[in-house]
Amino acid sequence: MLNQIAQAIVLGGYYALIACGLSFMLSVMRVINLAHGSLLVLGGYFLWYLGENYEVSPFVGLLALVPLLALIGWALQRFLLARSARGGELLPILTTFGLSIVLDNLLFEQFGADTRSLAPYIGDMAWDSYELPAGIFVGKVGVLTLVAAIVLLGGLQLFLSRTGTGKAIRATAEDADTAGIVGIDARKASAIASAIAVGSIGIASAALGMRATFDAYAGGAQLLFAFEATIIGGAGSLWGTLIGGIVLALAQTAGAAIHPQGFLIGGHLAFILVLFARFFFLPGEFTYRLRRIAGLAK
Amino acid sequence: MTLLSIENLDVRYGQFNAVRSVSLKVGAGEVVAMIGANGAGKTTLLRTLAGAIRPASGRILFKGKDVTGLSAHQRVKSGMVLVPEGRRLFARMTVEENLQLGGLVKRGGDWSVDRIFSIFPNLVKRRHAKTGTLSGGEQQATAIGRALMTNPDIIFFDEISLGLSPLVIDQVYASLAELLKSGVTVVLVEQDLKRAMAVAGRAICMLEGQVVLDRPMAHTSRDEITEAYFGLKRGQNLGGAH
Repeated sequence: MLNQIAQAIVLGGYYALIACGLSFMLSVMRVINLAHGSLLVLGGYFLWYLGENYEVSPFVGLLALVPLLALIGWALQRFLLARSARGGELLPILTTFGLSIVLDNLLFEQFGADTRSLAPYIGDMAWDSYELPAGIFVGKVGVLTLVAAIVLLGGLQLFLSRTGTGKAIRATAEDADTAGIVGIDARKASAIASAIAVGSIGIASAALGMRATFDAYAGGAQLLFAFEATIIGGAGSLWGTLIGGIVLALAQTAGAAIHPQGFLIGGHLAFILVLFARFFFLPGEFTYRLRRIAGLAK
Repeated sequence: MTLLSIENLDVRYGQFNAVRSVSLKVGAGEVVAMIGANGAGKTTLLRTLAGAIRPASGRILFKGKDVTGLSAHQRVKSGMVLVPEGRRLFARMTVEENLQLGGLVKRGGDWSVDRIFSIFPNLVKRRHAKTGTLSGGEQQATAIGRALMTNPDIIFFDEISLGLSPLVIDQVYASLAELLKSGVTVVLVEQDLKRAMAVAGRAICMLEGQVVLDRPMAHTSRDEITEAYFGLKRGQNLGGAH
């Protein structure tokens, strides 16, 4: 039991890490990036390619991947999202949906159907574990992922609350027109926010490839987990995302304990329960927006 | 010295011509009151000056440079700032953060968060409160402070007494008097004629998108402004349009 909880918390760290970029994008730009999972897998292939062909460690590869994804994020906002946002709030979501299909199929065309993993390039770490008291073993990759999630989410939270750029991003998210009147370049602030959101996906890509295998179409499932963790955590709160990831993993573990095939169902049930609870009982802007989309509020 | 110069400015909302070939000049250090009924085009004119609305035609010159094509944030950088109607604060951010946002343009100058708190002492205890929870007067003070933090050369106040109780309006105007001593150029839109006449050195009356009166306060009267306000003497030139 204790072991299962410990493993669930470690897995929750992974969910929080992959949800980080999605949550950041949702909280500060009000965009649900449906290409999130595809970008995650794209990053995984990038690291795999460097390891396979040039024997570059994924940790070193991150030094190239994070700036590259940040650049993609910047371009995504500047050339796709900013334009599609003029067509209403649903259009950016559809745009990222289209982008994910394009990315998935380009990756499939390029890399085929073989599953890949980054485990071969990180040596012992792939299977090594730490021993906790009470004879519980937790994988090194899992612990590192959890730590990475805490550092990344905490770092982003500090960035948003303490730095001038972070404040400019928050102001732009709240009211872009007024931000301009106060002297903030709203276009630049949004592009920086998007660069950070997508750049942070790189770290999750490394975690994805190190803990398991992936193929060109693995993005969908990752997007779903990331989305569930984001929503359970309160849609827009970065620390909430960490809690959301852990709650999701605990629910999946509980599901698996009840029935061998209950792992995914447990997670989905937790997600739906939280969503409905928020939808009907809790006030809040996100809930309000959901209600509006569903036609229940003006 | 002319600081701001507007030449034949036209602003349209679709078919509706909200501002019709307005030309005027504002000198450095002047305090100008813009007076007019609802829908006369005052707010539209100020928002156009701040870069929030694009004019259909005409030019805006600031310190001799054409700023008509600049976006809102670039105009703040060049030294123009608007205190918008309805305050438009960032409700999810604290008073201090709202003030700091104004400082992000880094124009350099005397204004700091502490100095804002010294002219609006009622804000000190609300420093870390979200602006959504403030009273109307505190919100207005924060909005003015946020604009001052950009260290502007000219500041546009749009209906600063709107929605405030008379007592709070007195407080806001008392702080404003302090501010005017610092020599900043001010254009303010005000419905309350008495207050406008007390604080400003010049009156500009707008009616249906046009300037119908433009006189130093000393050379005009309450009656003359009232006539211009209601358009009682149409067709008569009261000194509008330079």
